[in-house]
Amino acid sequence: MDWSPALISLKTASASIVITFFLGIFAAKLVVGMKSDKARIFIDGVLTLPLVLPPTVLGFFILLVLGVKRPLGRFLLELFSVKIVFSWTATVLAAVVVSFPLMYRSARGAFEQVDNNLIMAGRTLGMSERRIFRRIMMPLALPGIASGGVLAFARGLGEFGATAMVAGNIANKTRTLPLAIYAEVAAGNMEGSYGYVAVVVLISFIVLSLMNYFTIRGSKYTDKDDLK
Amino acid sequence: MSLEVNIKKKYKGFCLDVNFHTNGEYLGILGASGSGKSLTLKCIAGVERPDEGKIVLNNRVLYDSNNNINIIPQSRNIGYMFQNYALFPNMTAEENIGAGLKLSKKEKKLKVDELLNLFRIEDMGYKYPAQLSGGQQQRVALARIIAYEPDVLLLDEPFSALDSSLKSELHTDFFDMLKLYKGEVLIVTHSRDEAYRFSKNLALIENGRITGFGKTKEIFENPKSLSQAKMIGCKNISPCEISDNKIICTDWGIVLEADGILENCSYVGIPSNNFKMVNEGGINTIKCKLVNAVEEIDKYTIAVENNNGNENNPIYFSVNKEDWNKIKNKNELYIKVNDFYRLI
Repeated sequence: MDWSPALISLKTASASIVITFFLGIFAAKLVVGMKSDKARIFIDGVLTLPLVLPPTVLGFFILLVLGVKRPLGRFLLELFSVKIVFSWTATVLAAVVVSFPLMYRSARGAFEQVDNNLIMAGRTLGMSERRIFRRIMMPLALPGIASGGVLAFARGLGEFGATAMVAGNIANKTRTLPLAIYAEVAAGNMEGSYGYVAVVVLISFIVLSLMNYFTIRGSKYTDKDDLK
Repeated sequence: MSLEVNIKKKYKGFCLDVNFHTNGEYLGILGASGSGKSLTLKCIAGVERPDEGKIVLNNRVLYDSNNNINIIPQSRNIGYMFQNYALFPNMTAEENIGAGLKLSKKEKKLKVDELLNLFRIEDMGYKYPAQLSGGQQQRVALARIIAYEPDVLLLDEPFSALDSSLKSELHTDFFDMLKLYKGEVLIVTHSRDEAYRFSKNLALIENGRITGFGKTKEIFENPKSLSQAKMIGCKNISPCEISDNKIICTDWGIVLEADGILENCSYVGIPSNNFKMVNEGGINTIKCKLVNAVEEIDKYTIAVENNNGNENNPIYFSVNKEDWNKIKNKNELYIKVNDFYRLI
């Protein structure tokens, strides 16, 4: 078995989760703090759209923006000699776009579950908004955020459609595990894909177990065991 | 020390419109749930923004819609104790108390230790709120606010999160603790007992409006209006008509006599402990029959009516258990009204 798809997949998922994690938290914080309901509904819709759109459509949009014949793509290519489409960067970009809504929605839900009275209490105690975010909102939302991050990582790892559209299926460069499986099966070589399938299933299972672990650990502060 | 509040805030189906001031003595705000008590406190603390009006604390304008002043809660220096205490569940008691302090690590530690001692929770510092009892949580919450040295203390239903069996014990305790704070205190409650015990002055609030304001004792001893009488827990209220210096209570079918001028009196209220059982008729004595009796821990609350009255509005009064045994088999009772409220 060629291990390069597994390595590329892990590298892609790892790079994309770092971006998605911070982007998702940032967007969630922004949306939760919005005062106008109408604006919130609209922005939330836009940010969640990648969750429901077919990945090929997302790939299509990325190509529309970054394709070498498009203004932005041409600009990057001519000024910096950077070609994003059909490169490893494109696999990361595709994974970020596809996994972002999972991270964003989990973080948003986690922030919204933080008791508003705690935030108000922080304010009346003179804590700055930044401090309230760091010391109250983040710690209390952490279990939800962590499980969102894990979910987004798993989604990035399994990304296929958008990746195929914008990064192609170039061996040793953009061929991730899902693409390798597809390529083997398409070539009529079922046996060749067994290893890849096993790796994907294994990693996904580990990731989901981690997520449950975070969720259980979330009850730490409400633990009454010590009360005796 | 003074706090002046004059604010309006509209919601769908609810309008808060309150206007009161304090003079340095404890002020109680008594009202049913949903009457706007907590919202008033939140507006003072700055975590809710009124639509219009003015809030002035010790000559410092906190909010003024006319001049577009709205000081952020962080700069108002107001201590707000939330109904469920709002302790940060991810911080220990110590960390909670120190959360808002802007001091060096060393000074903070000193201050927090001092407060833990003062509030007699020295051994609780390392515990998380979920590991503390209700009473301990209450102390941590109070310590956390007092650590911050606020100009005014707002207490939002300080006992509603506690078991009722613990309440009376904690009332005394809490009051001792509260004395550690030298400043203005506003206490919001729906409990008449708490309002009576804790506050020198009292504001009654109903449907977002202040319906009475004055010395607590005076309001409880002599309510002036129908809504005030209801709020202090007077169960016996009847509409009345004045004729010949006598008061005809139309719901009860009885006539009461009283000294003094009886103008502007459209309701009569009689506290349920203001009756006396007598053997025969006379002035302000009602002949009636028993319609209901409820046994309570140390007394009976009985309902009576006479034949001329409205059967949906009986008179309630409380009798001790000894007296109850004497009257329970009687067909007719005579009860004398000692004193009553004249309400507008």
